[in-house]
Amino acid sequence: MTASDGTIVSLENVAKHFGAVRALDGVDLRVDPGMCLGLVGHNGAGKSTLMNALAGILAPDRGVMKVHGHDLTDRYSVAVAGQNGIRCVFQELSLCPNLTVAENARIFHPSLTGWGWKRRAGDMIAGKLDEIFPGHGIQPDDIVGDLSIGKRQMVEIARAFTVTDASLHLVILDEPTSSLDAVTSKQLLDFVRVEVDQGLSCILISHMLGEVLDYCDRIVVMKDGLVVAARAGAEFNRDTLVAAMGNVVEMEEIEEHEAREWQRGKTPVAVEAKTDTGNDWAPFIAHKGEIVGLAGLAAHGQTRMLLKIYEAAMRGRKTATVSGPVALVAGDRQTDGIFHLWSISRNIGIRSLRGMVRRGLIDPVAEAAMGREWQDRIKIKTPDMNDNILSLSGGNQQKALFARALASDAEIILMDDPMRGVDVGTKLEVYDLIRDEAEKGRTFLWYTTEMDELYNCDHTYVFRDGAIVADLTRKELSEEKVLQSSFKESA
Amino acid sequence: MTLIKQLSAKAWIWSFIGMVLVWLVTAIYTGGKGSADVITAALSFATFTVIVGIGQMFVITTGPGNVDLSIPSTISLSGAVAMKIMGGSDAMLIVGFLASLGCGLAVGMFNYMLIRVLRIPPIIATLSSSFLILSTAIAYGRGLKIKPPPLLADFTTAQVSGVPVLAVVIILFAVVMSVVLNRTLYGRAVLAIGQNMRAAWLAGINVERIRFMTYVLSAVLAAICGFLLSGFSGGASLNMGQEYLLASIAVVVIGGTSVAGGKANIPGIWGAAMFMFLLVTMLNTFGASAGIRLIMTGLIIVAVITIAGGDEPQR
Amino acid sequence: MLDALTSPRFLRAALPAASFAILLAAIFYVQPRAMSYFGMNLMLQYTVPIALATIAQMFIITVNDLDLSIGPFVGLTACIGATMLADTPLLGLVALAACVAAYAALGALIHLRNLPSLVVTLGMSFVWLGIAVLVLPTPGGTAPGWVKAVVGLKTPYVPYPIIAAVAIGLVVHLALMTSSYGAVLRGAGGNPRAIGRAGWSLLKIKMVMYSAAGFFGVLSGLSLIGLTSAADAHIADRYTLYAIAGVILGGGEFVGGRVSPIGAVIGAMTLTLTGSFLTFLKISPDWQIGAQGGILIIVLALRALINRREG
Repeated sequence: MTASDGTIVSLENVAKHFGAVRALDGVDLRVDPGMCLGLVGHNGAGKSTLMNALAGILAPDRGVMKVHGHDLTDRYSVAVAGQNGIRCVFQELSLCPNLTVAENARIFHPSLTGWGWKRRAGDMIAGKLDEIFPGHGIQPDDIVGDLSIGKRQMVEIARAFTVTDASLHLVILDEPTSSLDAVTSKQLLDFVRVEVDQGLSCILISHMLGEVLDYCDRIVVMKDGLVVAARAGAEFNRDTLVAAMGNVVEMEEIEEHEAREWQRGKTPVAVEAKTDTGNDWAPFIAHKGEIVGLAGLAAHGQTRMLLKIYEAAMRGRKTATVSGPVALVAGDRQTDGIFHLWSISRNIGIRSLRGMVRRGLIDPVAEAAMGREWQDRIKIKTPDMNDNILSLSGGNQQKALFARALASDAEIILMDDPMRGVDVGTKLEVYDLIRDEAEKGRTFLWYTTEMDELYNCDHTYVFRDGAIVADLTRKELSEEKVLQSSFKESA
Repeated sequence: MTLIKQLSAKAWIWSFIGMVLVWLVTAIYTGGKGSADVITAALSFATFTVIVGIGQMFVITTGPGNVDLSIPSTISLSGAVAMKIMGGSDAMLIVGFLASLGCGLAVGMFNYMLIRVLRIPPIIATLSSSFLILSTAIAYGRGLKIKPPPLLADFTTAQVSGVPVLAVVIILFAVVMSVVLNRTLYGRAVLAIGQNMRAAWLAGINVERIRFMTYVLSAVLAAICGFLLSGFSGGASLNMGQEYLLASIAVVVIGGTSVAGGKANIPGIWGAAMFMFLLVTMLNTFGASAGIRLIMTGLIIVAVITIAGGDEPQR
Repeated sequence: MLDALTSPRFLRAALPAASFAILLAAIFYVQPRAMSYFGMNLMLQYTVPIALATIAQMFIITVNDLDLSIGPFVGLTACIGATMLADTPLLGLVALAACVAAYAALGALIHLRNLPSLVVTLGMSFVWLGIAVLVLPTPGGTAPGWVKAVVGLKTPYVPYPIIAAVAIGLVVHLALMTSSYGAVLRGAGGNPRAIGRAGWSLLKIKMVMYSAAGFFGVLSGLSLIGLTSAADAHIADRYTLYAIAGVILGGGEFVGGRVSPIGAVIGAMTLTLTGSFLTFLKISPDWQIGAQGGILIIVLALRALINRREG
C-alpha cells in the first residue's frame, strides 16, 4: 500500500490489550474516500476499541496507523485526528448538558473564537441540523440538558459533520441510531449516503443489521478482536452477515418462536394502568403470564409507563393496579443498572437480599449460590462470579441485570429497552429465557425500540406523545401497523 | 473476592501505618518516655472523633455530595441541652441522655426534611441547619456553667490499667457498626445507593428511607458524642463541636472510605482518629508554635489524601 | 409573553434578584432612613470583599469542586496585605502571587491525583490559617494607602459598593459566560470527559479555574483590609460559608457547571443585607447566624418550588 493512493486511514496489524483481554488482536483496516464502511460484530468483538484507536483516545500497543499515507502511529491523538479530518460520534453522549447547543459546537472547534463566535457557532450547527434532520425543532441557544435524549443525539451527530478550518474526511458513527426513532434514523442514513456520494467517508457501527446492509458499500465483520470478514456490502445478506459474526443461532429462529399460542384473558389481570395524558385509546392491561410489548417511537411515554407501574408497586401508590412484586431490567446499564464497585454476584443478588437474611444478617453463602445458579442459567461468560461487574462485556453485563430481575421474587418484570447495544446471540438466548419464564406464569412488560423484538410479545401497545394509540394482538402486529400508529396525526 | 479484599485492605491500612509511624517518631524523640501515656490519651480523645466519624462515614458513603456539616453544632446543642437538663444530678442521667438522643433525632429529621422535601443539596442543607442549630444552642446555653453528673464524668474518664473504658465501649460499637455496614440490608443498601442512587431505587431499594436513616444516624451519633464529651471535659461549651467538622471528615477519608461513595470501612476510622491525635502530640513534643502546628496538620492531611486517598478511576 | 415570564427557567434566573429586592424592600419598610446614599453605603460596604470571595468559590464550584478554605485564604491574604504589602510592597506582591500560584498547584494536584476537593481544601484551610498566624501573630497591621483609597472611593448618586459589585459581576460574566474559552471552562463542569475528548486539557482548565479563584481570593483579602484598615488571621473565617451561600443564593448549582457570576454577586449582596436587616429588627445577635441559615433555606425552598413546577 503506497502513500498516495488517496486512502484516508489504514491500519496494519493493530493490537490493543487490556490486561489479559485482547480487545484488538492484529487488525487491518482501510478506509477510502467516498466510502461508507459498515462495522459489525458482537459486543466485545473489539469495534469500540478500534474506534477509540481511530479517534486517538487509545494508543494501540502495536501495529501501524497511517493517515493520508503518513505514518502517525507514534504521535496520534484526539487533536491529531481532528486536524486530519477524522471525527467520532460516541455511543455515550459527549455533549455538555449545561451548555447551549451553540456552545457545544464551539467545544469541538478550537478555532471558533473572537468576536461573534456564539452567533457563528449557532449558525453552523443550526445549518447542519437543518441539512440532516429537517424539522428538528432545536434552537442554537437551547440548553442541551433540557433537550430529549433523541434531540441530544441529533445535536451530537450534526456537530460531527460541522466544518471550520480543518476539512472533514471521515466520520465514525458508533450506534448513531440507538436513541433515534425510525424517521430521524432514516434522515441520518440518507444524509450519510449523500455525503458519501460527495466524497466523505463514514464508518457506521450498528447492531441494526438492516441499516448496515442497506447503506454500506463495504462491510467489515469483527469477532474476538479480529476482522473475520470484509467484503462489499452487496455480497452480504442478513443471513450471511449473521453467520459471519459467528452466531450459532440464526435470525430465523426468532420467526420460529412466533408460534407461541396465547389466548388473552384466560389468566387474571396482573397490571392495569393509564397514561397521564388522558388520551389513551385503550387502557394498558397485562394478564398473568403474558408478554406485553410497548412500542412506538423512542421516548414517547413507554419508559414513563414502566416507571409509573414500578412506583405504584414499590410505594403502594394507587396510580396503577399491580398484582404482585415487580422488578425492572434497565436498558441504560451505566445509569440505571449496574453497581460498578461490586462483583457480578453482588450485582445479581441485590434485588433478592431480603430472602437471604438469616438472623438479621445477609448469608454470603446464599448470595454466592444465587450467583452461580444464574451464571449457568443465563450463561454469563466469566471465569469467576466474584470478579467485578465491569470485567464483563456489555452484553454479559446486561445478562447479569436480567439475572437480577429473574432471580428475584418478582412476578412482573418490567423491561426498559433492555437490548440496546446487545449482540444478536445474547438477544436470542434471553428471548428464550423470557418465554420460558412467561410460561411459568411471570408477566413481562417489554418496551423495545426494535421491531423484531415485538414479535416475541403476545400483545403490543403503541405509544405516541405519551398516550396509548394502538392495541395490537400478536396476529395483528406488523411493522407497518406500528409505524402507522406511531405517526398518525391526532384527530 | 480476594482482589476486593486486598483493595479494601489497602484503603485502611494506611491510617494504621501512619499512626504507628507518628507514634514511633514521637517515642524516639522523647526516648520512649511517656509513650504509653500518649497511647492512652490518644485512645481517650480519638473515641469522640470515632463516634462522629462513623456517622459521617455512613453519610459520605451514600454518594457524592452527601456530607453532614451540622455535626459540630449538633454536638454543642446536645451537650448544652443534656447539661442543663441533668443539672449535675446523677438521678437525671437517663433523662439527660434521652434528651440528647432527642436532639440528635430532631436534627437528623430536620436535615433530611430539607434534603428531601425542599430538595436542597445535602452540603447546603446541613450547612444551613447548622446555622440554626448553633443559634439555638447559643440562645439556650448562654452562660452555661454546669458540671456534668459525677457518674457521667467518672464513666467517660474511667481507665482500667491505662485503657480508657469508653474507648473499649466504642471499639465494640465500631465492630457492631462494621457488621451493620457489611452484613445487613441497611448497610448493603447504603453501599448500593452510594454507587448509583437511581440504579439502587430501580433494584428495589427504598432509597429515601435509607437516606433518612443515615442522616438520623449521623445526627444521633453527633448528639451522643456531645453528651459524652461534655461529661469527659467537665461541662458543655458552645464551641466544643468546632474541631469535629474537619476531624469527622478527615478520619473518614484518611481511613480509606471513598468520597465518591459506595465504598467504606470502619477500622480505618479508628486508625485515622488515632493518627490525627498522635500527629498533634508529636508536633507539640517538637515544641512547634501554633502556626507551625496548624500548617503541619493541614499539610499532612493533604499529603495523606494525596498518597492514599486518590480514588481509582472508575472506568 | 406571560408564559415566558412564568416559565421555570425565567423564574429560576430571576429568583436571586427577586430575593435581594424583597429583602431590600423589607429593610426600607422597617428602617426608611436606610433608603439613602449614606445608608446604602453603610449597609453594603462589606459587599465587595464578600462578593469577591463568592466569585472565587464560584470558579471552584464551576468545575464540580468545593473550596472549604477560601475564608482562611482570604484571611491570609489580608494579613499579607496589612504587613508585607504595606511595608515592602514588592515582597508583598511576590507573596500574593505565590498564593495564587499555590491555588493553581492545588488545582493541578486535585486533578492529577483525582482527589476530593472537599478534603484537600479542608486540610489547606489549616495551612492558610497557620501561615497567617505566622505572618501576623496578633491582630494589627495597616492596609497600604492605595488599597484604602481604591476601596474608599466615593461615587456620585449610586453608592460605590453597588457600582463595584456590579462591575465585578459584569467582568466575570464577560469572561466566563460569553467568552469562547469560558464555554470550555464551564463545559468542563458539565461533562469533563467530553471536553477531554474534544482535545482540551482538563489539567489546564482546573489550573485556570483555581488560579482565578486564588486571584479573586487575594482581591477579597485586600478589599477587606481596605475597609477594616487592620487584619487578623481569623478576620475572614466566616467567608467560607458566606461564599458557598452566596453562590447558591445566586442560583448556582452544586454540580454540573451551572453557575451565574451576576447571580453570585447578588447572592453576596443579599447575605450582607441580611445582617443589617436583623440589626434593624433588633433581633438578638444570638440569632444572627440562625437567621442567615433561615434565609438560605427559604430561598432554596423557593427554588425547589419552581423546579417542581417544571416537573
